[in-house]
This record gives sequence, C-alpha cells and structure tokens, in this order.
Amino acid sequence: MTRQLIGTAPSRRAVLKGAGAGLLAAGFVAPVWAQAAPIKLGFQLHRTGIGAAYGRWYERTAQAALKVVNETGGIAGRPVEIIFEDDGTDPKRGAEVVEKLVSQHNCDLIFGPLFSHVVIGSAPRAGELKVPYLVCSEGFHVAGGMLNRWSMQPGITDVRAQVSSMAPWVLANLGKKVTMVFPDYAFGHDHRDFFTAAVEAGGGQVIAKIAVPPTETSFTRYLPQIPSDTEVLYHVMVGPAVLTFVKELGEFYGTGARPQIFGFIDSLEAVDIAAPGLEFLEGSHFWEGHCRAKQADASDHETVYRAAVGVDDNGASVSDAKDVSTYAHMFSVWETLFIIKAGMEAAGYQSVADRQKFVEAVEAMTDMPESLAHVQGNKVFNGKTHQVFGHQFISKVEGGKLMKVHTTRIEDGMYDDAVDYTSQSF
Amino acid sequence: MSFGPFLLLAVLEGTVMAAVLALTSVGLSLVFGVMRVVNVAHGEFYMLGAILAWFVTYYLPFPPALAWVAALIIAPLVVAAIAALADTFVLKRLNYAPEATIVATIGLLYMVQQAALTIYGPDARPVAAPFEWRIQLPWFGYSGYKLFVVGAAGVILAAVWLFMTRSTAGLVMRATQIDRDTAQCFGINVDRVYAGTFALGAALAAAAAVLIVPIQQAHYLMGHDPLLLSFIVVIIGGLGSIRGTLVAALVIGLSDGIISMFFSPTLAKIIATLLVALVLVFRPQGLFGARA
Repeated sequence: MTRQLIGTAPSRRAVLKGAGAGLLAAGFVAPVWAQAAPIKLGFQLHRTGIGAAYGRWYERTAQAALKVVNETGGIAGRPVEIIFEDDGTDPKRGAEVVEKLVSQHNCDLIFGPLFSHVVIGSAPRAGELKVPYLVCSEGFHVAGGMLNRWSMQPGITDVRAQVSSMAPWVLANLGKKVTMVFPDYAFGHDHRDFFTAAVEAGGGQVIAKIAVPPTETSFTRYLPQIPSDTEVLYHVMVGPAVLTFVKELGEFYGTGARPQIFGFIDSLEAVDIAAPGLEFLEGSHFWEGHCRAKQADASDHETVYRAAVGVDDNGASVSDAKDVSTYAHMFSVWETLFIIKAGMEAAGYQSVADRQKFVEAVEAMTDMPESLAHVQGNKVFNGKTHQVFGHQFISKVEGGKLMKVHTTRIEDGMYDDAVDYTSQSF
Repeated sequence: MSFGPFLLLAVLEGTVMAAVLALTSVGLSLVFGVMRVVNVAHGEFYMLGAILAWFVTYYLPFPPALAWVAALIIAPLVVAAIAALADTFVLKRLNYAPEATIVATIGLLYMVQQAALTIYGPDARPVAAPFEWRIQLPWFGYSGYKLFVVGAAGVILAAVWLFMTRSTAGLVMRATQIDRDTAQCFGINVDRVYAGTFALGAALAAAAAVLIVPIQQAHYLMGHDPLLLSFIVVIIGGLGSIRGTLVAALVIGLSDGIISMFFSPTLAKIIATLLVALVLVFRPQGLFGARA
C-alpha cells in the first residue's frame, strides 16, 4: 500500500488543503509577531498523583497571577505565557518534565513544584540544564544546601523556619511533652528533626515520633503508639488520605480524654474543616501559612488576591463551596510569579542567554514589603541560602472555623546560614 | 496503652482488613478457578466500585444511608456489566490463553485507571458512611461502621457460598471449572459461564470497595494495594479454592493488623510476601488448592 503512494504527485485537493492551512497559520501568527515575543514560564504541576489537590489550586493561582501580570504590562513590556506540565507528583517524571519544559517548550525558567521528593528529584536536572528552578516546596533542602545555584525558594518559608518559630508558642500554651506524627519522607523528616530540636531548646521533650508512609490509606494502626502521657499531639500529613487520617484520629480518641492537638494545616488542606467526623478538632490548633478563613484584619491586597484566584471568605472556591482550597500554601505560587517579574526586570532579561543574570538578580533581593506582589505579608530573602523568611500563623478551630490566635515574627524563624550558593559556580 | 487494649485494637483492625480482603480475593480466586485467567485488572474493578459509589451517593438526592445502600446495589452491577463486556470483547477473542490474558488484563488495568482519572479526576473524595456510630471503649474509641463492614462482608460471602453450592448456576460454574470440554458436551454455554464468572468476580471487588469507601476515600490509584494483597491471599490459599482463600484472607488480614500495630506495617508486608515465597516453594498448589 505504501509503495503505491511513493512517487505519486500530490492531488489537487491536497495542494489546496495545504495552501489553505498555510494561509490560516499565517493569519494566526501575524498578530503575535506584531508584539514582542512572549516570555515563556514552565510550571511543573502536580496535576495528578498524591499532590493533585495542591496541583488544582496551584494552577488556578498561577493563572490568576498571570492575568494580573499581563494586565499590568507583562514582564518588561513583554507578554507572559505559562506552560503547565503534569509531573504526576512523581520524582522521576518530575525530572522529565524539567527536561521537556526546557528543551521542547523552550521555557525561560521553571517554577511551581511543591512536594519535596519531586523537587529533590528534579533540581539536579535543572542544574545540569542551567535553568532557574523556583520551587514552592517548604522543605529545608533549598536552604540546607542539598540543591544547586539554579534552585531557589523565594515564595514560601521553609519547614525549619516554620517549626522553630512556632515551637516556643506551642510549649508555652499547649504543653511540654510532645508526640509527633509525620509523613515518612524528606518533608516529614524536616518536621521531625527541626521541631524536635526546637522543642528541646525550649525545655520540652518529644516523647514519641511516629512516621507514616505518605501513601498510607489506613491510620488507626499507628495511633496506639501515641504514649498516654502525651501533652501535645503534633500532626502533619500529606496525600490523598489526609481526611481519613484526621477522621480516624477523632474516632480513636472519641469522647475520651485527649491531648492538646497541634496540627499542620497540611493534614487538612483542600478538606472542609466542618466535614462530618471532624467535630473533635474544635478547640485544637493549626499552623497556617496563610489564613484560610478571611480574618478581620485581612489586608486589601489579600482581598484582591482572594477575588482574583476565586476563593470565598471560607477558603473554598466561589463557584463550588465544597471545593476547598490549599490556601495555606498556594500564595507561594502567586508571590513567586511576581518575584520572577521583578527579577527579570532587574536583570534586563532578554532571552535564555540571560538566565544567569536572572538568578543573580533574585539573589540580590532582600526586603519584600507587603504588597499585591506579596499578599501573605512582608518577607526577607536570603540570597546566600536562596530561601525567603516570613510570618507564620497559628489558628484555633472555633465554631468550625480557623481563627488566627498568634502571628510569629520573621526573626523567630531565622537560623544561621547552612550554605552559600553565591560562592558556587553556575 | 497497655497490652490488652492494644491487642484488642489490633485484632479489630485485622478483622476489618480480613473481611474486605476475603471479598476481593474470592472474586480473584473464582475467576482463576473457573476461567484459569489471572486477572491483573482486579484491583481496578475494586477502584471502579469505590468511584461509582461516590458518583451514586453524590448525585442521588437520598439521605446518606439510602444513597449508600443504592451504591451497594448499583456499583457492583455496573462494574459487573463492564467486566462482562471486557470478557466478551477481549478475553474471549484471545481464547483465554494464559499469557495473552495476563497481558490483556494489564492493558485493561491501565485503560480503566486512566479512564477513571479522566472522568473522575485525580482527587480523593469521601463518601459518607450510612450511619455515624462510635463505640467508646474505656481505652479508645472505635468506628461502629467498621464492625458493620465485617458483618456485611460475612453476609455477602455466605451468599456467594450458597450460590456456588446450592444454585444451578453455581453447579454449572463448578462443572465448567472441573472440565470445560465435558461441560460443553452437556450443553452448557461455556461462553456465558465465563462472562458471568468474570462479572461476578468484578462485582465482588466492587462490593468490597463500596463497603470500604466510607472508611477510606475514593481515589483513582486505590486499586494497587488490594490487588497485591488479593494475589498474596489467593496464592497462599490455593488458586481456585474458595475455602483456602477465606482461610488465607483471615490469616493475612489478622497478621497484618497485629504485626503492623505491634511492629510496623512494612514488616507485615515483608512477612506476607515471605509467606507467599514459602508456599510457592513447599506447596506450590497453595494450602487448599488441588494439584494441577
């Protein structure tokens, strides 16, 4: 069959079709040429896999931020495009996505990944390809020196800063004997190591550490390991089964005596705190990176941000009250996009040849005052460790709503530099 | 927590696991016993059951209890229909050749999983339990629904047992299992028996999922674990032997519950896998399986 086609002249119809397609293409392309070529940003997105709930909201946040950036002149007058690529929340695919965004889509840089195992798996490839890699991951791996000069975390505080700034409040208000339940991978290990250190420094004691695989679906079996003399139960959980975890915790304690509960909102991100079975959380405390329920003292910038992303005052989607956001984390995507804008404009970024200049421009950043670009609050960036520092919030569940009871100072989370990336070569 | 209550909780958890495992494994075992097909897509039928349960409870305007009962009827029926179609259009065309059916069911696994991802999405969604009842013991609280799961699984398994041993359809299935050609000579429509068996196996997996989904959540990747554990149970119990499957499900479920609580869940999986290896070396036909 194929043999017959070889050497046959194209039919009249084929020629006409081709010419028509060419005309159409020329028609579409022409207006784009009239403007400056767009800046292409690659977004490594957890659209599927265990991080899917975050991925859904990270994409919405990125789209909302992109709209604001493009409406206010783009980056240095050039329009901005974001190319989303799904990594399945899988480290192996993460590295492939980095590769694809750079070599196939010719993206100027990559941002957006959250899950620490994906970031740790992908960052080396970004370093090899010499492409800026801006993560929204919270892990200590950036500031800890595990990654490279091309990897930065300017949009969200890391776990070490988060837990050490809150530990004194936990010890003073909830109790001194702590049991920790955490996911058994890099992110959870950061919690284990740095919260334990902070508790011991504050005169408390971590009496049990319970590691749970992040893909676990049943948790009751882990709960009897919680010692009965625990005063504070510290929990942080990730993955699709977080709601099951908290429900089983409630079943386990039932109406009996229970310790004070201090959780990372990660255990309930994208989950309605008023869901049946969660009543026992009333009166318990949570860390929040950004308060899900709109607080009385919310800034005007935050109000604009909420509306732009499409989140109501309870932290759910404006179009579906059951679709609860990952509010405590997703501001990092918004802020990172504005840092990219600021960095590129400061570096006089023209093309991929200026990637190094961009990294140096971000490294030169220090104070980030609260603004539409930094809706979560003011921050301080450390160019040497590539890590930003900001405020943390502790909220209490009151009437099925998270109400802020404490805000940490930026200095509370500061620690000595563990690395100086600026001394490394590009 | 002292030893007694600790053990009690471990046994409770193990029993729930054993009950659900028994349902999924009996489905897998039936399919292998009658059709000699190793159904790698079994876990995906389980996942489909859970996802359909979510759709039914979400869209039917019933109170939670009624919606859940509707799911328990509708989900296994729909999954059974899908399985019967898969049998007719895929497995039958391959003449049930063992190697070909393994590859075909692997393909089916990915197709079902990706279809679920496309239609249902990547999120884990909760299904409301038919009733909220918490048992408060002096040492810990326990979900009353979990105990109900054990009872319901027992009832379904008893029904399957009666069906296989007392009904004409069961007789026909057993006849086909013993000797397909002779059964055909006696006028048994073997094609229909195969399609029915495949559908029944899938329906059992789906029923197990509807029972479990108020405890866990419906998620497109939830089929992996039950598949692995069902294979472990079926190999230990003897492929094709329902009695062996039930005993093995109880052993694996309880040991998993107790070992993972006293030591670690990883150790429980290691021991279960080791048990499979030992059975394969010393008694390849399984504890209760007939020698091939």
